[in-house]
Amino acid sequence: MTQTTVTSPGSPGSPGSPKGRTSGGGAVRLARFRDLALVPAIVLLVIVGALIEPAFLSGDNLTNVLQQQTELSLLVLAEALILIAGKFDLSLESTVGLAPALAVGLLIPVSAGGLGFEWPAALGIPLCLLIGAAVGAFNGLLILRFKLSAFIVTLGMLIVLRGLQIGLTGGQNLFALPESFLYLGNARWLGLPASIWICAVAYAVGIVTLGYFRHGRSIYAIGGNVDAARAAGVRTDRVLWTVFVIGGLLAALAGLLMTGRLGSVAAGQGDGMIFTVFAAAVIGGVVLDGGKGTLFGALCGVLVLGLINNILTLAGVSAQWIQAIYGGIILIALMLARLTSGKAQE
Amino acid sequence: MSDTSSPAVEARNITKRYGPTTALDDAGITIAEGETHALVGRNGAGKSTLVSILTGLQRPDAGRVLFAGRPAPAPADRDGWRSNVACVYQRSTIIPTLTVAENLFLNRQAGRGAINWRALRARARDLLDQYGVRVDAGRMAGDLDVEQRQLLEIARALSFGARFIILDEPTAQLDGPAIERLFERMRALRAQGVTMMFISHHLDEVYRVCQSVTVFRDARHVLTSAVAELPHDELVSAMTGEAAAGYQARARATDAGAPVVLGAEKLTLAGRYHDVDLSVRAGEIVGLAGSGSSGKVGLAETLVGLHVPDSGTVTVNGTRPRPGDVSSALRAGLGFVPRDRHKEGFVPLLSIAENATLPIAHKLGRFGAVSPSLRRAKGERMIEELAIATTGPAQPVGDLSGGNAQKVVMARALADEPRALVVIDPTAGVDVRAKQALLGAVEDAAERGAGAVLVSDELDDLRICDRVLVMFHGQVVKEVPRGWSDADLVAVMEGVDAR
Repeated sequence: MTQTTVTSPGSPGSPGSPKGRTSGGGAVRLARFRDLALVPAIVLLVIVGALIEPAFLSGDNLTNVLQQQTELSLLVLAEALILIAGKFDLSLESTVGLAPALAVGLLIPVSAGGLGFEWPAALGIPLCLLIGAAVGAFNGLLILRFKLSAFIVTLGMLIVLRGLQIGLTGGQNLFALPESFLYLGNARWLGLPASIWICAVAYAVGIVTLGYFRHGRSIYAIGGNVDAARAAGVRTDRVLWTVFVIGGLLAALAGLLMTGRLGSVAAGQGDGMIFTVFAAAVIGGVVLDGGKGTLFGALCGVLVLGLINNILTLAGVSAQWIQAIYGGIILIALMLARLTSGKAQE
Repeated sequence: MSDTSSPAVEARNITKRYGPTTALDDAGITIAEGETHALVGRNGAGKSTLVSILTGLQRPDAGRVLFAGRPAPAPADRDGWRSNVACVYQRSTIIPTLTVAENLFLNRQAGRGAINWRALRARARDLLDQYGVRVDAGRMAGDLDVEQRQLLEIARALSFGARFIILDEPTAQLDGPAIERLFERMRALRAQGVTMMFISHHLDEVYRVCQSVTVFRDARHVLTSAVAELPHDELVSAMTGEAAAGYQARARATDAGAPVVLGAEKLTLAGRYHDVDLSVRAGEIVGLAGSGSSGKVGLAETLVGLHVPDSGTVTVNGTRPRPGDVSSALRAGLGFVPRDRHKEGFVPLLSIAENATLPIAHKLGRFGAVSPSLRRAKGERMIEELAIATTGPAQPVGDLSGGNAQKVVMARALADEPRALVVIDPTAGVDVRAKQALLGAVEDAAERGAGAVLVSDELDDLRICDRVLVMFHGQVVKEVPRGWSDADLVAVMEGVDAR
């Protein structure tokens, strides 16, 4: 006895009726359109921004908006991958702080707050990324091998990793950083900050992989119905593990960019970002249940939030109120997304 | 390529055990090339186990499987199995968030390179056309109805190149016209030379699409015969076998003048059942029988308020509880044993006493407080009445065995001395002695003047009923008074005899 009968008997296009084909075509177009649902919102925000403050449209400001969102957008890319696969990762924001802090700690002398190893500075960036990947692998181990809930595991990891960073650095910000470690976060390539290029490449690779490659599609299959994916021969655990490792890697990369942009590793680097990450992903159409959403949509979600933030600042909204307004706008955006998609969010 | 004289599929002397239970005991099946072969048997006969062995998902403890005379592939060789046998499972393996085309070619959308979506859709269209499935390849699979999804599964299953396909209860979720279309399709596939194994609880379907039938009972092979040579009643008796000595129902006289404590009038729930009238008098036990898709569980769950009926009314003890509101039905004097005790029956971490007194907690203290000593006393009484094997009323229900946990659920239903009782599958997965205690408790309640509705797949359970209403495709087709034989009832349930 199954209860699959809940599928509405009135679903369109009964088999055998030629109508099935035409209405199907419409559904495809609609699905494509949903991907672009946030584009009008972005255009609207740009127009509003230009009206409020002419300086908004200047190249400098737009570059600034983009650069400020690069770290967030890498985290959203990571989270979107994990959410589409039907899992969860809260610990990303702590990896943003711990990965660069630990990597730097292994490079700089004790006098500057280091751990005393004083490894060559060239190892900095590889170390940082490796630490991120290791965190992802450990999350994967607990969630996939020990079959623990992804929510609780990564909540625990969020706290542990933050605590590790504070313990290792004594709660201090690290300032005396090697030049090479800061390079990616403040270099400019072809007239744009390197971080924007890095993000663009990361998203391009992600969008193409998830759209056009078997392994990328298997992430959707796993998030949609893990048993069916396994029955179709997808190595579900291996794919999920890879997704967690990539997530950790991207979070470490975000931490690296942030460190370079700010010139130091703050003790609370990345603190609180995970809420914005989830908001951007969900506004961008990624479903918390898994199996649904696109990276392009998630990127649009990041841009919407970034533009709103910038416009509020330019409009001279008092700094004390920005947070409340920002949060309110996120809720309104979610309600709009709910109304336009017509389906309940879990 | 293959020796034409050997059968398409053969399973010989298969034995499979799961711990202490034997799922298949030296059973087998032989399916000739090109035929549609029915596999029938009651729940627990071993059908599902045979399916998982024939599809290579499980390994038999003993025995062997042959495809066209050659031994089956190694267990790890999934592709090898897929090219020999395809299966449409009861549970959908379609991923709703992906398109039809992608579902068809899941995990084989392309080789190592990039996916060419246009080509993939074209391949999907070809495949769908080949099997006459009129569904747009670009649609989201989640937008399809049950029938279309099933066709998709059949097309996908066959696309691996197998010429043998297992259909595991494909009609259970379909309505009449959709079943007709499925049969048409099965006949067309057979004309193309596809061999099929068809599992169904509806025997009339077996007579309509199958050429041979194999009956399993209690993990054993009972008979294999050509469908045309096997009359209905012989098939039914092969399925039921000799009635095993079960619970002895008590003699009880019902009073035709007793008040109606539980009633339904013109009750309809779209897709489940329609226009059902029911009246249960005080002191009477009424059984509801029928196959899985008959709507009997949906009806019983509507009586207690788990579903809101589309039309019609429910009366409990002379009042009309708010439709879809369980607590209002309970307040009106109804006791309820839900179908799935693990999901709806008890809170596993709470104690026996607490679970059993949940509906009467307000009577165990004042101002919303619950007196632990009163609760303990009540729990102890229930443990004694139902002979629950436990260390005491404080033991969490999650630690009890299935039968004892079910007794706690029964105790909870009886806690407030209900005037009306709805009991769904009370003996599922419990041993003989627990079964007797549970059925005894229902009979005790009836003797105290409660009216009960008992829904069960077990014929033995229904023996305690004063009359049994048989449902078929959402309607009550027959009322059977006490003293029926298994064969009578099964024939009506399976729709062979709906006179």
